[in-house]
Amino acid sequence: MKRNLPLIFAFICGIVVVASDFIPHRPFNLMIDTLQNWFMIIVGFAILLGQISLFQSNIYKIQHKVSGWYYYLAGLISFVIMLVLGLLWGTQEYQGLLGHGLAVQAWLGSKPFDYLFDNAYLPLSATMFSLLAFFVASAAYRAFIIRSFESNLLMITAIIVILGRTSFGGMLTSWVPESYSFWHLPNLSDFIMEYPNTAAQRAIMISAALGIIGSSLRIILGIERSYLGSDK
Amino acid sequence: MTGFMSTLGLWMAVFFTFSIFSFLYKDNPLYKLSEQIFVGLSAAYWLVYTFFSMMMPNLIVKLSSDFKGNIILLIPATLGFMMLLRIFPKTQWFSRFPIAIMIGTSAGINMVRYTKSDLLSQVSATMINPFAAATTSAIIGNFLLIIGTICGVYFFYFSKKQEGMSAVPSKLGIWFLMISFGASFGYTVMARVSLLIGRLEFLLKDWLHIIK
Repeated sequence: MKRNLPLIFAFICGIVVVASDFIPHRPFNLMIDTLQNWFMIIVGFAILLGQISLFQSNIYKIQHKVSGWYYYLAGLISFVIMLVLGLLWGTQEYQGLLGHGLAVQAWLGSKPFDYLFDNAYLPLSATMFSLLAFFVASAAYRAFIIRSFESNLLMITAIIVILGRTSFGGMLTSWVPESYSFWHLPNLSDFIMEYPNTAAQRAIMISAALGIIGSSLRIILGIERSYLGSDK
Repeated sequence: MTGFMSTLGLWMAVFFTFSIFSFLYKDNPLYKLSEQIFVGLSAAYWLVYTFFSMMMPNLIVKLSSDFKGNIILLIPATLGFMMLLRIFPKTQWFSRFPIAIMIGTSAGINMVRYTKSDLLSQVSATMINPFAAATTSAIIGNFLLIIGTICGVYFFYFSKKQEGMSAVPSKLGIWFLMISFGASFGYTVMARVSLLIGRLEFLLKDWLHIIK
C-alpha cells in the first residue's frame, strides 16, 4: 500500500490530465479544473514544508553551535520578522490578518512587509546579482584562454551581441557604407539573434520537449518511481 | 516619523549594498551576515506570497465562506497536511500520496503542454521555404535556421556513437549551440552590468546626492 497506491494515484492523475486535453467535455473538463485547484493547494503546502525544513536546519545549527551559528540566527530572525509582518499587515496587494494597518503605514510610509522588501530584500538581491558582473568577467577571461574554436565562437558572438545592443556598437560601425549595412554591429547582432540563436534555441526546446515527454510517460506508467524515495 | 523611517531604510539599504560588495575583497563576517539575512527574507517573502496568493483564495477563503459547498477541498487540505508529515521520520511515507498526485498531475500537464508548444509548434515553425524571404541575408538566415535546428537536435541524439561522417552534423550543431550560448552570455553580462549600474546609481544619487 505504501508504494503501489501512490503509483496508482500518479497514473490516474496523469491519465485524467492527458485525456482531458483530448476530451474537452464533462466530466473531464471538471476533473482537470478540480485537479489543478488541488494541485495549487498541495503546492502551497509543499512550499510551507520547504520553509519548515529551512527553519529546522537553522535551529539545528544554532542548537549545536556549528561554526558561524550566529549568522544562521540572524537569518532565522529576519525570516520570522518578515513572515510575521507580512502575515499581520499583508503586502501591497493583499490585506493581512490585522487588515491594512493604516496607522502603521502612516508611521512607516508603507506596509511593514513592503518597507523591509524595499529597503532590505531589494538592495540585497540586486547587489547579490550585480556581484556576478565581476565573476562573469573572470569567466569570460577563462573562456578566452582556452583558445578552442568553440570557445572563440562563443566569445565573439557575446562581444557582437553586447556591442550590437549598445549605442557604442552602433557608433563603432557608423562609418560602414549603407550598401554594407549588414555589417553594422546592431544589424549583425539582430541577425545572430534572429537566425543562428533561434535555431539553437529551437533545437534545445525540441530536444528538451522530447525528454520531458519521455520522462512524463515513465512517471505516469509507474516506470520512474524515484520520487517515492526508499523504504528505509 | 515617516522621514526618519525613510532615512533609516536608506541607510539599511546602503549597509546591505556595501556588505555584499565587500565580498569582492574577500569572504568576511559582514557578507556572511547579509547573505543569511537575504536567505531568511527570501524564504519569508515567498511564504507570505504563497499564503496570500495560493492558500487564501483557493482554500481558506472558500472554506470559511461556504464550508458545506466546498467540503471537497478538505481532500487537498488533508493531502497537504500529509505532505507536512514528511518532517517526522516515522510518518514520512504519508507524504508519498500528495507527492504522487503532484508528480502525476504535473507529468500529465507537461506532457501535453510540451508536445504542443515546444515540439509540434517548433517543428512546424522550422518547416519554412527559405527562398520566400525578401533579402539575401534573410534567405541565408532561413537556411541557417533550418540547418541549425536539424544539426542541434542531431547533437542531442545520444543513442548512437557519433563518429566519422555522422559526427559532422553533430559538430555543426555544437557550433550553433555555442553561438546561442554566446548570445545568452552577452545578455547575462548586460543584465548584470545593468544591475551594477543600478546599485552605483543608488549609492551616488539616492545616498550621496553626487549625481542628479
